[in-house]
Amino acid sequence: MGGIRTTGDLVARMQMTRKMRLPEAKRYVAEKLGLSITEISDSTVMRRVREELDIGIITAVAGAAKGLEAKARIADLLGIKINSVERLKRKMGQSSVG
Amino acid sequence: MTTILTRMGDGYSVEMTPEELRADLAAGSADAARRGKIPVLEADEYDYLYEMFASPTRIWGVERGCEAILTKDGSTNSLYSAQLSSGVGLPLSREQAFRTFERAFAFDTMEVGHFDYSAKPSKPIVVLEQINAEGVLHNCIIPVYYGFMPNLGLYYRPDGPFPNPSDLLPRGQIAEARAATEEALEMCRQDVIWLTEKMAEVGADGINYDTTASTGDGEFLATLQAVEWAAKNTDLSIEVGMAAECVLGFHGELTYDGERLAGMWPHQQLKVVEKAGAHVFGPVVNTNSRKSTPWNLARAVTFVKAVSKEATIPVHPNVGMGVGGVPMFELPPADVVTRCSAAMVMIGKADGL
Repeated sequence: MGGIRTTGDLVARMQMTRKMRLPEAKRYVAEKLGLSITEISDSTVMRRVREELDIGIITAVAGAAKGLEAKARIADLLGIKINSVERLKRKMGQSSVG
Repeated sequence: MTTILTRMGDGYSVEMTPEELRADLAAGSADAARRGKIPVLEADEYDYLYEMFASPTRIWGVERGCEAILTKDGSTNSLYSAQLSSGVGLPLSREQAFRTFERAFAFDTMEVGHFDYSAKPSKPIVVLEQINAEGVLHNCIIPVYYGFMPNLGLYYRPDGPFPNPSDLLPRGQIAEARAATEEALEMCRQDVIWLTEKMAEVGADGINYDTTASTGDGEFLATLQAVEWAAKNTDLSIEVGMAAECVLGFHGELTYDGERLAGMWPHQQLKVVEKAGAHVFGPVVNTNSRKSTPWNLARAVTFVKAVSKEATIPVHPNVGMGVGGVPMFELPPADVVTRCSAAMVMIGKADGL
């Protein structure tokens, strides 16, 4: 579907976490982004949208969210738990207690 | 006479008349229907396949808006591995390869996996596997699977401790072969669960049990039991990719949820995989290298359509060398790979590949 050029990673996460079939997963992501089904597969549209949402973009731009930073924002945007983000939260909790 | 240029199941080009093409599409679908006791394709679906194969374009694709998700078996080893994994031998680490798949190839998901890709050899070096998974989990955005084959075959002699059913069955030692399968599958199940737990510890997004049932019904049962455990005890997303279209009955009497596993076809495999708690199912339909690609693809999409029709979880059929209609050749030609991929989505109603 184009990975982080479009919303392939987001649609994949809805399949993986909620067992959504493809049409349902695309509808869910499109509604969260306020876009159409066609637009979420359009790299021209999504290049700008991903940068505005700061959820990771495919080109190397200094200051744009990378790795876990982007995933933490994706988890909030989609309303899902991402295991590595949950682990980061646990680590931060342990650090602040310590 | 107008002829259509397509491929045989071994990858070599073949010219067919329109009548021959339509006849092969019908015969391929009929073969799947007869074996799986499922419906053949419908008239408009044959028309789609005919138009697709008759088109002289170099590649084919889905309609805009119908793009599907890619998951991958074999992990990143297609970049760094050797011919055994269709690898191109690049001097890249697994983390570099993963980032290349995310950044350069725009994959939707990707895997980390052992070079050998089986559960058994992954065990002694599991810390290295965890470290590699952690690295890409920190630095990458797309979902990270850890993938491996349960590969029950490695638990039999000469590779493992148990007597080999392939040696026992030809000698008529059926009870001994069944006992060996039951003992081996228990050890395999424990290893698959242990490795799964290690990947849950580091925060992987998913686990991919790939080439499932390569050693038949015993391996399928071990994997289904591991899926059950993972669904109950971890937050991992679980993908089960199959090894073949029909589960071989090395044991013959093993059941899951009251259903005999030996002889299951893809739509029947789906139901037990769903019942066990998996999130994604990857059916396989094998390619017959002596038949044409139209015959093989019509057959494959007939099976996959039957799976998709009944599925309550995403379906990601295997579409690669020797499966899903794709020729059995290590450099599958793009003209038929793209046609097989598109047809799996447009007719097979796949949620991904």
